[in-house]
Order: sequence, then structure tokens, then C-alpha cells
Amino acid sequence: MSYPVEQNEKFAKYAHPERLVSTEWLAAALEGGALSDGKLVIVESDEDVLLYETGHIPGAVKIDWHTDLNDEVTRDYVDGAGFAALAAAKGISRDTTVVIYGDKSNWWAAYALWVFTLFGHKDVRLLDGGRDKWIAEGRALTTEVPQPAPGEYPVVERNDAPIRAFKEDVLAHLGKPLIDVRSPEEYTGQRTHMPAYPEEGALRGGHIPTAASIPWARAAAEDGSYRSREELEALYLGEAGLQEGDEVVAYCRIGERSSHTWFALKYLLGFQNVRNYDGSWTEWGNAVRVPIVKGAERGSVPALVH
Amino acid sequence: MSTNTLPAALAEIVDDFQALSEPERLQLLLEFSRGLPELPERLLDHPELLEQVVECQSPLFLTIETERKDDGGAPGYRLFFKAPPEAPTTRGFAGVLHEGLDGLTAAEILSVPDDMPELLGLTRAITPLRMRGMTAMLGRIKRKVAAADRLQS
Repeated sequence: MSYPVEQNEKFAKYAHPERLVSTEWLAAALEGGALSDGKLVIVESDEDVLLYETGHIPGAVKIDWHTDLNDEVTRDYVDGAGFAALAAAKGISRDTTVVIYGDKSNWWAAYALWVFTLFGHKDVRLLDGGRDKWIAEGRALTTEVPQPAPGEYPVVERNDAPIRAFKEDVLAHLGKPLIDVRSPEEYTGQRTHMPAYPEEGALRGGHIPTAASIPWARAAAEDGSYRSREELEALYLGEAGLQEGDEVVAYCRIGERSSHTWFALKYLLGFQNVRNYDGSWTEWGNAVRVPIVKGAERGSVPALVH
Repeated sequence: MSTNTLPAALAEIVDDFQALSEPERLQLLLEFSRGLPELPERLLDHPELLEQVVECQSPLFLTIETERKDDGGAPGYRLFFKAPPEAPTTRGFAGVLHEGLDGLTAAEILSVPDDMPELLGLTRAITPLRMRGMTAMLGRIKRKVAAADRLQS
């Protein structure tokens, strides 16, 4: 049985308030002994692989986006058996309520949440504002690493189709809305790779034709929490021009920043069909004969690809 | 590549890492992140003297200073790093380079192979993506030392 959903004014306006919890809610749940029976598990997921070790929310376990969630050999996520083993080791069962938080406005936490969703984990929520907000509010931290009792997690095959787009899917999607969440320099193609690292970036710069540029961090307020429903609507319905019922694909460089936007579109604004293109620019910008637009204009769909 | 071409202090650090299991190596890196010295006051007040290493995922700034030896020998190079506490991996790498290279001569620093960070055995635990920052940090130090050394001669 999943944990009660938080009720507050800000969340109530979102399409799926059950996908967020506030720092107050989590602190109260901790106080109430929520972690004692395995029904609620807190997961920290950061960009920096050692940040959890410097101090984390009491009782939280760590999941690293790269070493835990990605397959070590193939550019793909872990399989059903791998995910089941990971979840069980972290004390997570199939019916556990999982609250994920992390650094950088939950950028990596949203990515971990997206991977949990690929496996159909039912109740997985983000801590609004993430690690930075928790710390800014002076809440408890510990370096003590919990040793959870193993969870019971079945081997569930990943179901990519509803929320994950591959390159071919994006080609077939052209003509429908795309959101590019990278920096303006990456969008225009002014920057194709990280300076001094030509071999590590993409061979071509620019964006996927017709993609709207909404850098991911614009969905976050100064304290790292998501912006209000009204602000998000101004951004995605107003500026990006999305309309109710649209099918949307979001992308960035490797699919992490766009997970943050995917969460906002799917759960906060309620778009039913939003997919994250995790191949993103490190695939598109290296792929042969895919259409690319350079500069600040969105560009149009080339006739050839249809 | 073996450790016998490395300056002694750096070779010792590499040996320490290699003697450990993977999770213990991460712990050791965390200790290095805690041991990274604070910037001296004169640099704290002059952030413009530090250069950002943009390849690091988290903000890392570094600079070097030439230190003349009283005996008239080749000057040593002091290394200074600044990285926020919320970037422990970056700080840990900086700590390794500081302890391994601080005060050495240009010849000693430039002799360090560019792919030295791989000797720490962290690539799998840290991921190749994160190892780039460390390689970039070493590269930046070597470029700065080489440039300063040309001015000396």
C-alpha cells in the first residue's frame, strides 16, 4: 500500500500532485518513523558520485545514475533482473513508495525517477527542491549509511515505448512538438563540444528541426523546486507553443536534463504522451543523414524524412 | 604504463589506490577531497587569478605559482585549487594532484603521463565521463607549467 499523498496549495494545481513531496512533508514522515517498515524508501541520486557520502537525509539510500542504472557495456539501461537486484538491495519492494531527491534542482533525481518509471514502478515521487532545499532549510543530514532489509522485487521487463523515444521514433515524430532543453549555445550550434575535448562531443552542432528551445533549468525556481503551474504553462504552452493533447519529445545531450523537463510536462502539466529521447544530441549530432537546423530559428521539417 | 615514471609522491598515491578494492578507492578519494587545502588569502581575494577548468562537471578553478629555490636550482611550482564542497569527486581529484605534484619542478610535472588518472583504478566506479574532468585538470596544470617554464628560460 502506498504512502498518503501530500496535500498542499502549490501541488494541488499540478496535474499529478501525487508525484511530488515537500521537504516539510518528508521531514514529518521521517519524524513519524516512515522508514521503519520498508513502505517508504528515500533515494538520493546526484551528479557527483561522492556527494551522498558527504552527508545525506537520514535513512536515504544512494543510487548512482551511471554505475547503478546504466548498463556497463551497451548504451542502455539495466535490464529487469538488474533493476530487481538493485531495488531489492536498496530495500525497495514493488509496492514501496520511493521518494527521490538529488543535487542540481533534482536533475539526476528526475532521471532516476524516469528509469524507475521505465520499469513501471508505481509510486515514485520527487522531493520538490531536492538536496539543496533540504540543506538550505537546515534539516538533518547524516553520513551514516543505512543497511536496509532486502526488498522483494520481481523481475519486470522494461517498457520503454510509452516514455522513451529512440532515434527512429524521433524521425517519425518530426512535425509534432519537440523541446530542446540544452543551453542556447548548444541549441544554435555555436558550441558542438566541450572546449578542448573535440573527441568527446558531437560531430555536428545545432538542433532537431522545429524543436523549441526551453533550457531545463527554467522549470526550476531559485530554491530548486519546480515553478508553479502558471509559470510552467507560460513556459511550455506560451513560449514553446505546446497545446493540450500534444505528443511531445524532450531531449538534451544524454537524456538527463530532459528527464527534468519530461517530469514537468508529464506530471505537472499533465501531457499524457511525453517521451524522453535519451540518445539526445550525443546520438543525433553524430548520426549520419539526420536533419539538423543551425541558429536560433526552430526551422521546418524537411520533406525528405516523411 | 607503470608508476616508476611518476614523481615519488604521486607514485605513492597511485600505489595506495591500486592496493584497495573499488569501494575503498572511492572512500580514499573522499578523504583526498577533505584534505584539499583552502586557497591562501591573497588568492581568495583575487578570483580573477584562477582559471576555470570547464571540462569538469562541477566548477573547478586552479592556478599555479612559481617558487624560486634558494640553491639556484630549477624553480618549483605551487598548485592552488578551488572547488565547492558539493563537488567532492572534483575536489578529490584536485586533492590527489595537489598532494602528488605541489612544489615539483616543471620537468617533474611535465613527465607525468596525460593518462595518469587512469592508474587510480577509479574509471569503473567513477565512470569514464567523470574521469574526463581529472584528465582535463592534469592537462591544464601541465599546459600552465609548460608556459611558465618557457618564460623562465
